[in-house]
Amino acid sequence: MNVRLYLWQRATAAVMAPLVVVHIAVIFYATRHGMSAADILSRTRGSIAWAAFYGLFVFAVSIHASIGVRNVLSEWTPLNERRVDAFAVFFGLALAVLGLRAVAAVVLT
Amino acid sequence: MIGRAAKHRDSALWIAAMVHRISGLALAIFLPLHFLALGLALESEARLESFLRWSDQPLVKAAEIALVFLFTVHLLGGLRILVIENFDWRDGQKQLATLAAALSAIVAFAFLVRVF
Repeated sequence: MNVRLYLWQRATAAVMAPLVVVHIAVIFYATRHGMSAADILSRTRGSIAWAAFYGLFVFAVSIHASIGVRNVLSEWTPLNERRVDAFAVFFGLALAVLGLRAVAAVVLT
Repeated sequence: MIGRAAKHRDSALWIAAMVHRISGLALAIFLPLHFLALGLALESEARLESFLRWSDQPLVKAAEIALVFLFTVHLLGGLRILVIENFDWRDGQKQLATLAAALSAIVAFAFLVRVF
């Protein structure tokens, strides 16, 4: 892992640490009477705060996870660096697109 | 030589590093599915609701409990790494790693009690 990727990995980890704590709290809160779509959407629909929170989360996790997956592939598979990089970029972009789509689904619908 | 090379694998800190890697990998595999599930709300609220009712099955709930454990253990393991790299070295790394695993188990158990 080069220095640039290392720094992105650690910076996104530091950004996400408080987000993960809040998300775990939300998971516990959301499951207090079993989860329902109405319950989830009533919290998130039209909420700029949740959109910003989860938008930032998606941005950070897309970078963090793609670098992590790149490291694992690079160390544990015989794939060459070019393929590993290509997969990591594809994975990161896919996470960002799917994640932002999910945020839009619960905030905008 | 082989025995010597593999000896580090008995270390609690080697296990902590491996748990961090495996939990991260599992979360990376789960994330796209999580996003796709939430994206069902784009079709309709009823579509998301029907997925959530499907997820009431005990096996799915058990998987969710495992994910809560992996999520917490990855968070605490990551915090441990950030502390090691950015602050003065402190003794008791093994105890910290064990504490991270124990706390994650408690959080996962609390979630188990909640969903079952």
